Amino acid sequence: MTEGLQARFGKRVRDTPIAEQAIVGMAVGAAIQGLRPVAEIMFADFAGVCFDQIVNSAAKYRFTSGGQTSVPLTICMANGSGAGFGPQHSQMGENWFLNIPGLKIVTPGTVEDHYGLLRSSIRDDNPVLFFTHKNLFALKGRVPAEPSDEALIVLGQASVVTVGSAVTVVANQQMRHRAVEAAQLLTEEGIDIEVIDPRTLVPFDMDTVITSLSKTSRLLVVQEGPPDGGWGATLVSRVASQHFELLDAPPTLLASDNISVPFAASMELASIPDAARIATAVRQLVAY
Amino acid sequence: MTDEPDRDTELLLDLLQRMREIRLFEDTVKEWFSSGLVRGSTHLGQGQEAVSVGVTAALQHGDTTTCTYRGHATVLAQGAPLDKSFGEILGKAEGLCGGKGGSMHLTDFSVGALGSFAIVGAHLPISAGAAWAAQLLGTRAVSVSFFGDGAANIGTFHETLNMASVWSLPVVFIIENNLYGEYSPIAVTTANTVLIDRAPGYAMPGVRVDGNDLMAIREVAMTAVERARGGEGPTLIEAMTYRQSGHSRADPATYRPEGELDAWLARDPILLLEQRLAEGGVSETRLADVARAAAENVRSAADRALSWPEPDPTSRFDDMWVNA
Repeated sequence: MTEGLQARFGKRVRDTPIAEQAIVGMAVGAAIQGLRPVAEIMFADFAGVCFDQIVNSAAKYRFTSGGQTSVPLTICMANGSGAGFGPQHSQMGENWFLNIPGLKIVTPGTVEDHYGLLRSSIRDDNPVLFFTHKNLFALKGRVPAEPSDEALIVLGQASVVTVGSAVTVVANQQMRHRAVEAAQLLTEEGIDIEVIDPRTLVPFDMDTVITSLSKTSRLLVVQEGPPDGGWGATLVSRVASQHFELLDAPPTLLASDNISVPFAASMELASIPDAARIATAVRQLVAY
Repeated sequence: MTDEPDRDTELLLDLLQRMREIRLFEDTVKEWFSSGLVRGSTHLGQGQEAVSVGVTAALQHGDTTTCTYRGHATVLAQGAPLDKSFGEILGKAEGLCGGKGGSMHLTDFSVGALGSFAIVGAHLPISAGAAWAAQLLGTRAVSVSFFGDGAANIGTFHETLNMASVWSLPVVFIIENNLYGEYSPIAVTTANTVLIDRAPGYAMPGVRVDGNDLMAIREVAMTAVERARGGEGPTLIEAMTYRQSGHSRADPATYRPEGELDAWLARDPILLLEQRLAEGGVSETRLADVARAAAENVRSAADRALSWPEPDPTSRFDDMWVNA
């Protein structure tokens, strides 16, 4: 992730001890004093170690001080299951932070999105949690050879990945790719789904989802990670309570199993939604 | 050099007035809490004024501090206005933070007071980060972090002292050792109660000083600040002092051994400084003038703050985001 940065940027890139509280806390201190730091804490699971600095310092500094300062900080970490890293290196940490106002949450699923969203995150004057899915490291894509503002992606803009009219499927990161696989399976059956990748969870592009639902009247949210208290449940709840009139079927959440992420491939892969399960959920919604 | 003693005396009288103002500020807050004027909780620092006033007297414009939820003294010592500080504790719109922070979060960036933190130890890395920014930007600013003996047992203390030392950051760490972590005497919670013994472990100087002796603490701080500004890295200072009241509003502090409070009251930092000044030839009248001026400043600031309006409830949505 950081290869070559120190050679290129010198003392602006520092090796740190394994001390997440100090890494994030110092980045907050630097951010309120004129810098625009990027803190890399490796696995998203380690956010637990510096949870206080993220939720009490970074997220609340501007508010607590009555707007005297801002925290233009980006914290990068790798989330995601499916790669055999076991229970403490595979979690979807982004959902832990949804309940903390003051944090933007970015979850890119393609190389282009990663590039454009990371640069927008660094430019943002608010603290941003930037999650790279570790099972997507091998993805290929195109990024500009030289820094280019044209490739920037505004935080809070979903992308419509496949166009369809049968079901709106909202999925990000690894699940976005599996939803696209499911779309291909379903096309052969004559079911065209609209896959929407929200790309950022905070802010969340509700408009794109609602526009799609006006056409499909059916919502499937696919969320990697346990089902409770996450962005998927929030989206289902908001659609059900605020846009009930758009729906012809129960808005549905397909999530990972409600367990810790197991190590062995047989168990781990069974615990995460895949294309087949997404396709099954879509068929049920269509048949409702 | 003949006018040197007089200049020193004038400075000390200024610092005495500030200590008196802080003491009266705390006394006023205590009264307001007792009479139900203020919500929530508060953590007062009567008896510890010399630490904040002595250390901030060693700072320059542009230097920064962070402190704990027992931080009124530090923020005021650095120059935050009395009325806006009162206003924040009362939850007024004109308060330092517009009423969003309250007693535990007094913050005034305009004087370099980067904040009071309600999580033990959370602000040590914040100060180190401010120091890192100063180092990278070449501003020559120094950061100072004030914290209690209790914070010396939490992870951020160790993480931050190590990183500050290995990066030679311009930061000074001040332990206000008031002998109690909340309700527990230090020996019950801390294996080695000499906290500067930790300094060599992080390859930095450690200095223990009488935290009730304003001149002594200022001297030690000047050395540490100069060292930090010169690029030589951090210093750990342990200022031995005493919290004359309980941990928080709800604490009568019955756990203190008999006689302990009286012994420390006899070494009250304001008393000690006045004794020193009197011995140096400052008249009783002059000392009384300082006390009167402090009382007048605090009273008028309190009256102003009490007269200010409550925040408009809709202002609660402000300051959550930049460019929401």
